[in-house]
Amino acid sequence: MDDGGPLLFLIALAPFIGALLPGLMIRAGRTVCAISTAVPTVIALTMLMVLAPAVLRGEVIQAEVDWLPQLGLSASFFLDGLGLLFASMILGVGLLITLYARFYLSGEDPMGQFYTYLLLFQGAMLGIVISDNILLLLVFWELTSLSSFLLIGYWKHLPEGRQGARMALAVTGAGGLAMIGGMLILGNIAGSYNLTDILQAGDAIRSSEWYLPALILILLGAFTKSAQFPFHFWLPHAMAAPTPVSAYLHSATMVKAGVFLMARMWPVLSGTDAWFYIVATTGLVTMVLGALIALFKDDLKALLAFSTVSHLGLLTMLLGFGTQAAAVAAVFHIINHLTFKAALFMTAGIVDHETHTRDIKRLGGLRHLMPITFLIGTVAALSMAGIPLFNGFLSKEMMLEEASHTDWFSSPYAVPVMATIGALLSVAYSFRFVSHVFLGPVRDDYPHKPHDPPFGMWAAPALLVVLVIVIGVAPFLAEGIVTAAASAVTGADLHPHLKIWHGVTPALWMSVIAVVGGAVLLALHGPLDKIWAAAPRPEAKAIFDRLMAAIVALSRGITEIGHNGAISRYLAIFTAASVGLGWVAYASSGLSAPTRGLLPVEPVIAVGWIMLVVATVSVVVMHHHRFRALVLLGIIGLSISAGFAYLSAPDLALTQISVETVTIMLLLLALHFMPKLTPRESPTGLKFRDAVIALGAGGGVGALAYAFMMRDIETISDYHVANSYEGGGGTNVVNVILVDFRGYDTFGEIIVLGIAGLVIYALMHALLDGPAARRLKNTDFSQDRSRDRHPLMMVVVTRVLMPIALVVGLYIFLRGHNEPGGGFVAGLVVAIALLMQYMASGFAWTQERKRIEYHTMIGLGVVIAGLTGVGSWLSGSPFLTSAYTYVHLPPIEEFELATAMLFDLGVFLTVLGAVMLMLYSLSRIARFAGATVNEGPMDYDPGLKDEQEAER
Amino acid sequence: MIEYALAFAASCYGIALLLDLWRIAVGPDAADRILALDTMVINIIALLVLYGIWRGTAIYFEPAMLIAMVGFVSTVAYCRFLLRGDIIE
Repeated sequence: MDDGGPLLFLIALAPFIGALLPGLMIRAGRTVCAISTAVPTVIALTMLMVLAPAVLRGEVIQAEVDWLPQLGLSASFFLDGLGLLFASMILGVGLLITLYARFYLSGEDPMGQFYTYLLLFQGAMLGIVISDNILLLLVFWELTSLSSFLLIGYWKHLPEGRQGARMALAVTGAGGLAMIGGMLILGNIAGSYNLTDILQAGDAIRSSEWYLPALILILLGAFTKSAQFPFHFWLPHAMAAPTPVSAYLHSATMVKAGVFLMARMWPVLSGTDAWFYIVATTGLVTMVLGALIALFKDDLKALLAFSTVSHLGLLTMLLGFGTQAAAVAAVFHIINHLTFKAALFMTAGIVDHETHTRDIKRLGGLRHLMPITFLIGTVAALSMAGIPLFNGFLSKEMMLEEASHTDWFSSPYAVPVMATIGALLSVAYSFRFVSHVFLGPVRDDYPHKPHDPPFGMWAAPALLVVLVIVIGVAPFLAEGIVTAAASAVTGADLHPHLKIWHGVTPALWMSVIAVVGGAVLLALHGPLDKIWAAAPRPEAKAIFDRLMAAIVALSRGITEIGHNGAISRYLAIFTAASVGLGWVAYASSGLSAPTRGLLPVEPVIAVGWIMLVVATVSVVVMHHHRFRALVLLGIIGLSISAGFAYLSAPDLALTQISVETVTIMLLLLALHFMPKLTPRESPTGLKFRDAVIALGAGGGVGALAYAFMMRDIETISDYHVANSYEGGGGTNVVNVILVDFRGYDTFGEIIVLGIAGLVIYALMHALLDGPAARRLKNTDFSQDRSRDRHPLMMVVVTRVLMPIALVVGLYIFLRGHNEPGGGFVAGLVVAIALLMQYMASGFAWTQERKRIEYHTMIGLGVVIAGLTGVGSWLSGSPFLTSAYTYVHLPPIEEFELATAMLFDLGVFLTVLGAVMLMLYSLSRIARFAGATVNEGPMDYDPGLKDEQEAER
Repeated sequence: MIEYALAFAASCYGIALLLDLWRIAVGPDAADRILALDTMVINIIALLVLYGIWRGTAIYFEPAMLIAMVGFVSTVAYCRFLLRGDIIE
C-alpha cells in the first residue's frame, strides 16, 4: 500500500522548493520565469498521475516521518480519492493560472514575486489536502492564510488591495485559531492526531460531550475560509487581487479548503442533528444571499465573487444534508464549479484587461469585438446557470433532487423552495453576465478599444470550457474520480452513475422554474436595481473596520499599561523586580559563613578604583552634556580593561579594550546627528525614585559579588579547566568555552549580532528621511571647525598602521585556541584597523576600495560557523563537536589544526561584518544629509602642490 | 633594588593618573579632557608593563601592546568629533 510514499513527500515538497526559482529566474525574462514556475507544478502533477491509478482503484497511499512525536506531530501524508481530486485541481488549475498570469501581468508588476507567492500558496494548499496529521494540516492551513495575504495584497500600491488582504487575513486567521482549538479537542477524543485514526473514531467522537464545542470550532474555521454567511464579506473585498489570484484562490482552491475540511471530517462529524442544522442552514442561507447580492453587483469580479459565495453555500448545504447521495453531488459540483468559475474569472480578467473596466454598466456589445472571449464566457456562464449539456446542469440537478426530499424542522417545503430560489437567482446573474457584457449594441465609449487577447491568455479558460462541455455531454467520463472522491468522503463504497436524463423528476421542474424565473428576473433587472440601490443594507466593511478599531484600541489599552514606550519605566520595573527577587532569595535562605579573608589593597590599585568611582559618579551627574559623558565613559572602559588584565583575565582585557574603542566610535557617530545635550525631562520625584532603585541595584550587585568572593564555592569552571585540552583541544579555556563547551550559544550569539547589524542598517535607512537627517542639514558647522578634513599626518599614519593591525589581528586569531585571543577579538581589531582608514580618508574613498559587502561577510560568517557545526554530524557526533589534529610541515614547527578554528573564522567574519555594517550605516546618514565627499585620499594632493611651487 | 624602582615608578604613574582625572574633571576645555584621557591610556600601559616586570611574566605585555595600538584611535575619534563634527566624512 505504501509504494508511493516517497513520491508523496516529493509532491508535497515540490512547490516549496520550486518557490525559490521564480524570484531568481525573473532576471532571465518573464517567459523563463513563468516556465520555471510551471516546472515544479508539472513535476508534482506528473507524480500525482503516477499515483492516481492506484488511488482510483480504492487504495490509500501513505507516507510518514516522525517530526515532533512528543507533540503527536508527524510529517505524514496520505492520498485517497478526495485528496487526489483536490490535489489534481490545485496543480492543474495552478498550471493554467501560471500560463494566464504570464500574459495578464503587466511589465511593471514584479512577476518573480508573484510566482513565488503563487507556488508558496500552491504548496500550502497541497499540504492541506494530503496531510494525514491534523496538526500538520493546521500548519498548512495557516500557511494558506499567510500566502493568500501576500497574493491578495500583491498590488501594494492599491489601498483596496492592502485592506482586502488584511481583512482576509483577519477573518480566515481568526477562523484558523478557532479551528486549532477544535482539532485539539478532536485529537484528544480520538487519542491521536492522525486523520486516519480520527476517521475511525467517528462513533466515539459523536457520542463525546465535547462533540458540540469541537464541531462549532472546526466549522468556524471552515466557514471563515469558505466565506460562509456571516463571514462571507471578506471574499468580495479580496477581489482587489490580480485576476489570476481571484481565479485560483477564490474560485478553485483556497475557498474550497473549508469545503474540503467539511468533506474530510464528514465521516466523523456528520450524521447528527447539530451538523445538519448548523451546516445545511448556513449553506442554504449563504447560497440564497450570495446569489441575491451577485445579481445586483455591477463590478464583474464582485458579481463572480458573490456567485462563488453562493456556490460555496450550495456545497456546504449538500455536505450538511449528511446523505451519501448529497456527498456525491457535492464532490461532482466541486469539479464543475471549478471548471466554469475559473473560466469565468479569467474571462472577467480578459474583459478588464482589454477594455480597462469591469463595470457592467459601461460594457455591452462585446460579442462582435471579442468573439472568442464571448464564446468562452457564454459557455461557462450557461454552465453556471445550470443549462443542460453543460456540466453545471448535472450537479445542480443532483442538488435540487437532494433538496426536494429534505425536511427542515419537519417542514418539507422550506429547503426545496429556498434551493429553487437560489437556483433561480443563479440563473439570473449568469444570464446577466452574458447579456450585459457581451450582448446588446456595440458602444463607442469603452475606456479602451477592446479586442480578443493573445492566444496565451485565452488558452487556459478555453481548456476549462472544453472540460465544461465534455463533462456536460459525457458525464460518465468523470465517474472514476467522483466515485473515488465520494467514497473517500463518505467512507463507504459508492458507485454513483452520472447521467444527463433522470426522467421527469421534481428536480427537473425546479430547474425549469429556475430558468424561466431567472430570465424574467433579468428582464426586470432595471427597475429592481433601482429598488435595490435605494434599500438600506448593512455595509460589511464599515462594520468590520469599526470592530477592528475597537479591538485594536482595547489591545493598545492593555499593552500600554506596561509598555508605554518610556525606557526608564521598563528599566525601573526590571531593576526593581531583580532586586526584589534577590532580596527574597537572600531572606529565605541566608548566607553561609565566609571562608576567605580580605586581601590588602595596593595603592596603585586604589587609584584605579578611585578613577572608576569618580568617573561613574561624574557620568551620572554630567550625562546631560553628552560629549563629556562620552569622555568619562572612556575612563571607565580603560579602567575596566586594565582591571581585567590585572586580575588575570587577558582575554577579557583584549576584548574589552577593542569593544570600548568601537563603542566610542559608534556613539560619536550617532552623536553627530543627535542633540548634543540631553533635555531635562524627569521631575524631581521621579529622579528620587530612580536614584533609590539604582542605589539598591548597585549595592545589591556589589554585595552579591562580595559574598561570592568571600566564599569557596564549587563552580563549573573546574570542569572547564579540567576538560579544556582533552575535550576541546585547546589550552585557552576561555576560547574553548566559546567555541566548544558553549559553542551553541556562540553560534546563536553571532547570529544575533549579525541580525543587529542588519537591523541597524535598516533603521538607519528609515532615518535618512527623518528628523535626524533634517537636523543635520540645518546644523551650522561654520564655527570651531578645522578646515582640513583629511589631515596628511593622519592619513599617512593610518596607512602605515593598517598592515600592522592586520597582522596583529591574524596573530590573535590564529593563536586564540591556546593563548589569549580568538575570532571575536581579531574581528574587532581588524574592524578598528579598517575604521581608521574610514576616519582618515573619508567614507567615499574607503568605500570604493571595499571588495566585499558587509552583509555578505555576516552571511558568510554564519554559514561557515553553521557548516562547521554540521560537519561533526559526518562523524556521527552531535552538532559542533570539536576535532583536532597535529600537522607537521617541514619548514615550520609542528602545529595544531582544530575544527574550532573554522568555527572561530565564522565568528571573526560575522563580528567584522556586523561592526563594519553598523559603523557604515551610521556614517552613511551624514552623506545623505548633504555632506560632500572626496575621491582622493586627502582633500589636496601634496605632491601636486610641490610641483606647482617648483614651476613657480 | 628592582622592587624599589618598580614601586617608585608605579607610584609616579599612579599620581599621574590622579592628575589626569583632575584635569578631566576641571577641564576647562574639551581638548584638555581628551588629552588627559590620552595620557591616562599611556599611564595605564606603563602600569601594566611594570606589573608584568614585577610578576616576571610576559602575559601583561600583550594587553599593553593592544591598548597602545587601539588606544589612540578613540583619541583621534574624539578630536575629529570636536574639529569636524563627524568622525567619518
